Amino acid sequence: MDFDLTEEQNLLKDSVTRWAGDRYGSLERIEAARRQPLGFDEGTWAQLAELGLLGLPFAEEDGGFGGGPVETMIAVEALGRHLAPEPYLASVVLGGGALRLAGSAAQRAEYVPAIAEGGLRLAFAHGEAQARYDRADVATTARQVEGGYRLDGAKSVVLAADAAQTLVVSARTAGDRRDEAGISLFLVPADAPGLTLKAYPTQDGGRAADLVLDGVTVPAEALLGAAGAALPVIERVLDEGIAALCAEAVGLMDALHALTVDYLKTRKQFGTAIGSFQVLQHRAVDMLMALEQARSMALYATMMAGSDDAAERGPAIAAAKVQINRSARLVGQEAVQLHGGIGMTLEYLGAHLFRRLTTIEYLFGDTAHHLRRVSAAGGLLGAA
Amino acid sequence: MDLRFTPEETAFRQEVRAFFRSEIPAEIRAKVSEGRPLAREDYITSQRILNAKGWAVPHWPKEWGGQDWDPIHRYIFMEELMQAAVPLPLQFNCFMVGPVIAAFGNEAQKKRFLPRIANLDDWWCQGFSEPGAGSDLASLKTRAVREGDHYIVDGQKTWTTLGQYADWIFCLVRTDPAAKKQAGISFLLIDMKSPGIAVRPIVTIDGRHEVNEVFLDSVRVPVENLVGEENKGWDYAKFLLANERTGIARIGLTKERVARIKRLAKETPAGEGTMWDDADFRARIAGLEVELKALEITQMRVVAAQGRRDAGKPDPASSILKIKGSELQQTATELLIELAGPRGLPAPVPNDADTLGWEAFAAPTYLNTRKVSIYGGSNEIQHNVIAKAILGL
Repeated sequence: MDFDLTEEQNLLKDSVTRWAGDRYGSLERIEAARRQPLGFDEGTWAQLAELGLLGLPFAEEDGGFGGGPVETMIAVEALGRHLAPEPYLASVVLGGGALRLAGSAAQRAEYVPAIAEGGLRLAFAHGEAQARYDRADVATTARQVEGGYRLDGAKSVVLAADAAQTLVVSARTAGDRRDEAGISLFLVPADAPGLTLKAYPTQDGGRAADLVLDGVTVPAEALLGAAGAALPVIERVLDEGIAALCAEAVGLMDALHALTVDYLKTRKQFGTAIGSFQVLQHRAVDMLMALEQARSMALYATMMAGSDDAAERGPAIAAAKVQINRSARLVGQEAVQLHGGIGMTLEYLGAHLFRRLTTIEYLFGDTAHHLRRVSAAGGLLGAA
Repeated sequence: MDLRFTPEETAFRQEVRAFFRSEIPAEIRAKVSEGRPLAREDYITSQRILNAKGWAVPHWPKEWGGQDWDPIHRYIFMEELMQAAVPLPLQFNCFMVGPVIAAFGNEAQKKRFLPRIANLDDWWCQGFSEPGAGSDLASLKTRAVREGDHYIVDGQKTWTTLGQYADWIFCLVRTDPAAKKQAGISFLLIDMKSPGIAVRPIVTIDGRHEVNEVFLDSVRVPVENLVGEENKGWDYAKFLLANERTGIARIGLTKERVARIKRLAKETPAGEGTMWDDADFRARIAGLEVELKALEITQMRVVAAQGRRDAGKPDPASSILKIKGSELQQTATELLIELAGPRGLPAPVPNDADTLGWEAFAAPTYLNTRKVSIYGGSNEIQHNVIAKAILGL
């Protein structure tokens, strides 16, 4: 039992936190970056590469830095705290995760160095409009054709798809729409003929796109992992993504809580700081408790994300997401309420933190969905 | 960073688990698990088995029977004790007066009292709260006036848990009425057989006799029974209350209860199947388990940080454990009473208590557990503590 970071992890934490605070640290800078065509600044992406963040989770022999879930947690928490708009989660954690977990040695050798250097961004095109949160619900098909595959279908809310040069697309090579078997992953160039992409801003100030694949053909080498056996990879990628989201949410909640406590100390009404009112103090304490419970479950998710045992990992990650969602809602709502009118405006940083937290609640499964997962597994404790 | 226990810690867990399950009588553990009342002898039997093993007071200084365990081993020990439904070593002895005497008492007091406290040869009760001093404990009025080599104590204590069994009571008394609130308080050890002491039972919301009023009418207490210095009692009380708070989350107890609820749900008929098939009920159990897991890790974070803190200084994060821990204990008893359903209506009466099923004890357990957000510094007081000590409000 050990909650300490190693010396190297502490260095990573210090350097990312300092960088993100310097680069952003004010709403004006965040919004200036968001106004760029892709929703972030290309030059800043290159800085992430220089910091070593883009190659962080990949093995050293593939050209990465050999980090694990703890390193990812450190990076996304620090980036999240400052609302850094770069698509780190979409590109490195999700898209990169699929490549790392399912890619052949040749594929990793081809893609990882380019990712780590900042020249290549991926996106993870798995979700479909009808699937909601069902990970096995894939209607997009991949039929074998001469020399490769032909993909037809549609993908929904693909995070940061318009920033990616290569998409990791799930498609069915066998079976029916909701079958667990028969799903495959493919590396598809964003400019492939037959692929159309409708990009749009999301509620949290980020970007996503809906994809239509109409006879997109890819060579056989585009297959990522074994044909028809991608669901366990997809499960693992999404579980790692949820663990990262949990850490990001902790960074956001921590920032939002600090902002709120600071406001309580400085905002004066009735001739005194409003933080002297007991009813407001107690609500700020409730926020802190929700934050600390979330922090604990983010640590739990981080520890479990690397597990190969899906039966052990799944309920743990689901439980973490339940706690994060509940805490995010409480911390976000209370922050707005305690700020009063100013909390309602987009001129205020806190409102942006709340918007991102709200989005996180519905990414990769909401509270009810993950509670059902925990429940279906029989809970977290054995029966006496 | 590694949230797993080391092989040594896991082996320790298995050792204590095996001991609890093989050495503490099953009928005592069944009573604890089902919420049936324990007899005085049950507490004594269980604690003496622990003490014979050297485990009644592992957190005490080594020379008085402590075990030199680090915070993680202590945590594992308490966790397993609660999950095995072993009665907690008497709180007033082992977690309250014992540590205070060990830290602030003189050698004569330590020799006289500590071994008997550990073995439950003397049963202690707590004389802190008064009718006019609850959350505002420092406003207590019980007076002790020095007369030669005795104090003459007059006043009234209340909420004295299991005072009906007690041989001794440790009291906060006012020795300097002129001093500012906290400054004039002393910590006195009083023999319950002293003339002038009267105990009146209070029947609580669960229908049981658990707490009492204790009246002190010109009770003569030898000066040698003063702990530490006169008028320094508030410092010792704060030390004691901080000790009380760290273990108060009772995560092991709630885990035991949740595991039991899950087992009973599979045996409780409902519709075509059992309550375990009720998706809504299952989801609520799962929701509790999520929060419990989060609190367990929060507790581990506090425990891990304890090694690095000054022993005397309480971690304000322990107030978070108190609030969430008590809330989850209460949530578990809500699920229990709902699971019992209409079969929970028959009330246990003394003569047929042994023949009644678990359902009869669900409501008393639920009702009794309302206390946990009140005692040990109410949850509202804990909010104040956190607002001030952590948030700086």
